[in-house]
Amino acid sequence: MTNSSFTWQRGLIYTILLAFAALYLVPLYVMLTTSLKDIEEIRQGNLLALPDNPTLYAWTKAWSSACTGSECEGLAPFFWNSVRIVVPAVVISTIVGALNGYALAKWRFRGSEMLFGALLFGCFIPFQVILLPMARLLATLGLANTVTGLVLVHVIYGVAFTTLFFRNFYVSVPTELVKAAQLDGAGFFAIFRHIFLPISLPIFTVTLIWQFTQIWNDFLFGVVYSGPGTQPITVALNNLVNTSMGGKEYNVDMAAAIIAALPTLVIYVLAGKYFVRGLTAGAVKG
Amino acid sequence: MKLKPTLAAILAASAAALTPAHASEVEVLHYWTSGGEAKSVAYLKERLTDAGVSWKDFAVAGGGGENAMTVLKSRAVSGNPPTAAQIKGPSIQEWGELGFLADIDSVAKANNWDALLPSVVSDVMKHDGKYVAAPVNVHRVNWLWANPDVFKKAGATIPTTWDDFMVQAKKLQDAGFIALAHGGQAWQDATVFEAVVLGVGGADYYQKAFVELDMDALNSATTEEVFKVFGELRQFIDSNSPGRDWNVATSMVINGEAGMQIMGDWAKGEFGVAGKSAGTDYVCVAAPGTSGGYTFNVDSFAFFDQSDAGAQDAQQAMAKEILGTEFQEVFNLNKGSIPARLGMARDKFDSCAHDSMDAFVASSANGSLVPSFAHGMAVPEAVSGAIYDVATNYFNSDESASEGASQLVNAIQAAM
Amino acid sequence: MSSQRRPSGSLERLLPKIVLAPTTLAMVVCMYGFIVWTGALSFTKSRMLPQWDFTGFDQYERLFNNPRWDVALSNLAIFGVLFIAISLVLGLALAIFLDQKIRGEGAIRTIYLYPMAVSFVVTGTAWKWILNPGLGLEKLVRDMGFTDFEFRWLVEQDMAIYTIVIAAVWQSSGFVMAMFLAGLRGIDDSLIKAAQIDGASPTQAYWHVILPILRPAFFSAIVILSHIAIKSFDLVQALTGGGPGYSSDLPANFMYTFAFNRAQMGVGAASAMIMLFGVLAILVPYLYSELRGSNRD
Repeated sequence: MTNSSFTWQRGLIYTILLAFAALYLVPLYVMLTTSLKDIEEIRQGNLLALPDNPTLYAWTKAWSSACTGSECEGLAPFFWNSVRIVVPAVVISTIVGALNGYALAKWRFRGSEMLFGALLFGCFIPFQVILLPMARLLATLGLANTVTGLVLVHVIYGVAFTTLFFRNFYVSVPTELVKAAQLDGAGFFAIFRHIFLPISLPIFTVTLIWQFTQIWNDFLFGVVYSGPGTQPITVALNNLVNTSMGGKEYNVDMAAAIIAALPTLVIYVLAGKYFVRGLTAGAVKG
Repeated sequence: MKLKPTLAAILAASAAALTPAHASEVEVLHYWTSGGEAKSVAYLKERLTDAGVSWKDFAVAGGGGENAMTVLKSRAVSGNPPTAAQIKGPSIQEWGELGFLADIDSVAKANNWDALLPSVVSDVMKHDGKYVAAPVNVHRVNWLWANPDVFKKAGATIPTTWDDFMVQAKKLQDAGFIALAHGGQAWQDATVFEAVVLGVGGADYYQKAFVELDMDALNSATTEEVFKVFGELRQFIDSNSPGRDWNVATSMVINGEAGMQIMGDWAKGEFGVAGKSAGTDYVCVAAPGTSGGYTFNVDSFAFFDQSDAGAQDAQQAMAKEILGTEFQEVFNLNKGSIPARLGMARDKFDSCAHDSMDAFVASSANGSLVPSFAHGMAVPEAVSGAIYDVATNYFNSDESASEGASQLVNAIQAAM
Repeated sequence: MSSQRRPSGSLERLLPKIVLAPTTLAMVVCMYGFIVWTGALSFTKSRMLPQWDFTGFDQYERLFNNPRWDVALSNLAIFGVLFIAISLVLGLALAIFLDQKIRGEGAIRTIYLYPMAVSFVVTGTAWKWILNPGLGLEKLVRDMGFTDFEFRWLVEQDMAIYTIVIAAVWQSSGFVMAMFLAGLRGIDDSLIKAAQIDGASPTQAYWHVILPILRPAFFSAIVILSHIAIKSFDLVQALTGGGPGYSSDLPANFMYTFAFNRAQMGVGAASAMIMLFGVLAILVPYLYSELRGSNRD
């Protein structure tokens, strides 16, 4: 397949790959150039044209002075709210998923496969359905409209996927290893720590990236279960771009959109390599 | 699983677990989050802060309050509703029925709201005869915005009846203009539909069919006539309209691409931003056939029951402030609407607002003042949603007027 | 797993179950409990908030008498099939091409992957502009001189759903590509060589040797894609708002609108139950056969 004598074939492959890369980049390009234009140029200009006089006005406004309600402090405060929600939610759901996956893969018991199947099906429940009963449950737990409550919701609905990832990864570890360790007297946690944890870096990478993306981008749970002052950045972004009165500043909207997406973008750029490696290492093996 | 929690029990059970709003603090759920609206809310906040009440902002934008209502419902279910929330029209009654709203009658009495507010407005603000909400403004929805320059170039005149509209629109179109600037979103389709209902059917028919939901009126030939006129408008709209935001449509009128737009008075803000002035650069007239009529849309804040005495005081302070002349003036100058309370100084308002004020009083006297169903003022959400579906589906298809009329009747019946 | 050498053997044996207990509890309450709750709600007269006056199948009757629900259901069929199929084919093709020792693979891969990182609250506006005939692609091509060029799916009632497919494929195909690429990287080169020695063309080698090995990757991809398809909500909200009319509505949007904005919570709950039964009918047999298969390995 890598025979370089078929140069025209390789040329074709490169052309296709690059053409798709260009297509995939168009929305980002539109957002980026629009965020650097002033509003007059957006009204009159071409969607794909480069900005005449690039300006960072929209970026500073989106970050620190655009209105998101009666307060006009930009996205900055909400950015940190998101961090406070996402970090614990991602860490907890990943750790729980790792232990679950390990237990389901290597410590099967009657009903463990059914449990896994049930978990997999359960995550197909449309999230809109759970809004009200969950609100009620959180209130009963005394967690209504708190960061803790929101983190809990993310963990509960994230664990199905993290468990799936880890289980599929650990299934490919030879069971003989576990048996041997047991004979040496190692227990459930000791085997996890000494045999499974050291080989788990790739799958942790995949799971962390996946969970970070899902939770950072979440809007529905964030808007319903956060309280005043703890709303995540997606809610602020939605507030910033929505107006029923017109006078839309598309450049500020676009800059805000990119700012809100920046952490996930950075992670994909920096860790994309490990993402595919992690998947290679077993996440997509059945 | 407990399947039968009464709402009162929900409130009681969770009250203990939750931190109530602190004394002298209001937590306000609203969907005014950017531009002029955000400024208006910030002004209210500022005035309350001066009065010693701190403001916890809980803003959730999107789709005319759709997301905010989702949040409100889940907060209500968790027994933790905000101090005040932006709710309007018959929804206030529905929340009142469920026992969630606070009685603010004492503020209303002390400040003489019954005399300050027109009865069509105050009726909406009351549940069981007691005030539970405070109005911030009155929008007129049945406006036609026109670019006189475009009309001049096309040799057309601004239409005052729907028959005339078809003639003039044709002239605009023949001269190469888009006759009617429109954004194809369900609520905008419903806004135009509403103008046609009032213009073709008149206030009596409107009231019977679209407020009282009288089946005889809905089944009458007038309904089909309404759909016929509404359907004829399809040809005067450019084919790129679906999904367009209303303010983009307004800018088409501003820059002379299109001749007219049918939209509520918030459109004025868009003309203002573009530096255009009423009467010269643009014209506001009542939508065709509705010159004496007035479809109103009132924004308001409803107050939720609070157990904490300090929170109740803060709530009352907020209610009082909302009806104050300063807030009413600043807010409505920002938003393009007119003050909800009568007898305010009008010199700072523009000519369109003056027209709106006059028409409001006149229509209220002759019975042609009707609530807007396109903006959640006339019928419960389920019914207005059904009307939306039929109107938007009809407008975007090539169905016949009789099909449209019969679908409307079916949809309204199914939603009731 | 029968080690009795440690005194704490019985606790040791319970540990896997103890570890899984919190997840099981959360699953039973927050997934299945809430499904039961929704199911119960769908038999009530609930309007603005849940109310427990039972009324039988009334809400289901209303649901299926609503023309908008028919539109949403058939849209889900169109969207689900096309979205999953195109994402799989495109993802696989891009993965195979990228697996040919491509220079700059890292950069290209990142470009394919980034859409997954960005939420639709963010990219919706950009997509709306690109697909809008008056602003985006159509205008661009016409400005280049092809004045007859037409691309107006966004504003056509019977085509709008396909723009949702385009945007969804854009968002997810990179992720599918990554999964297939990972699968390909896990395959021993000698397998392909062997196939070629046996006289198979590259295409045949891929078709008969590689694809079957990628079966687990297909499984994961299909689970994740169907999950995305069923839940697609922001996409419609951001791109078409369900329009023109309600022609590009999907069931999740229908449900949200009726439950929360139309004060018809009963109808909303009924639509959610139908969606879940749909998933049950289509997905469970597939999950079952695949999981059984993988256990035998």
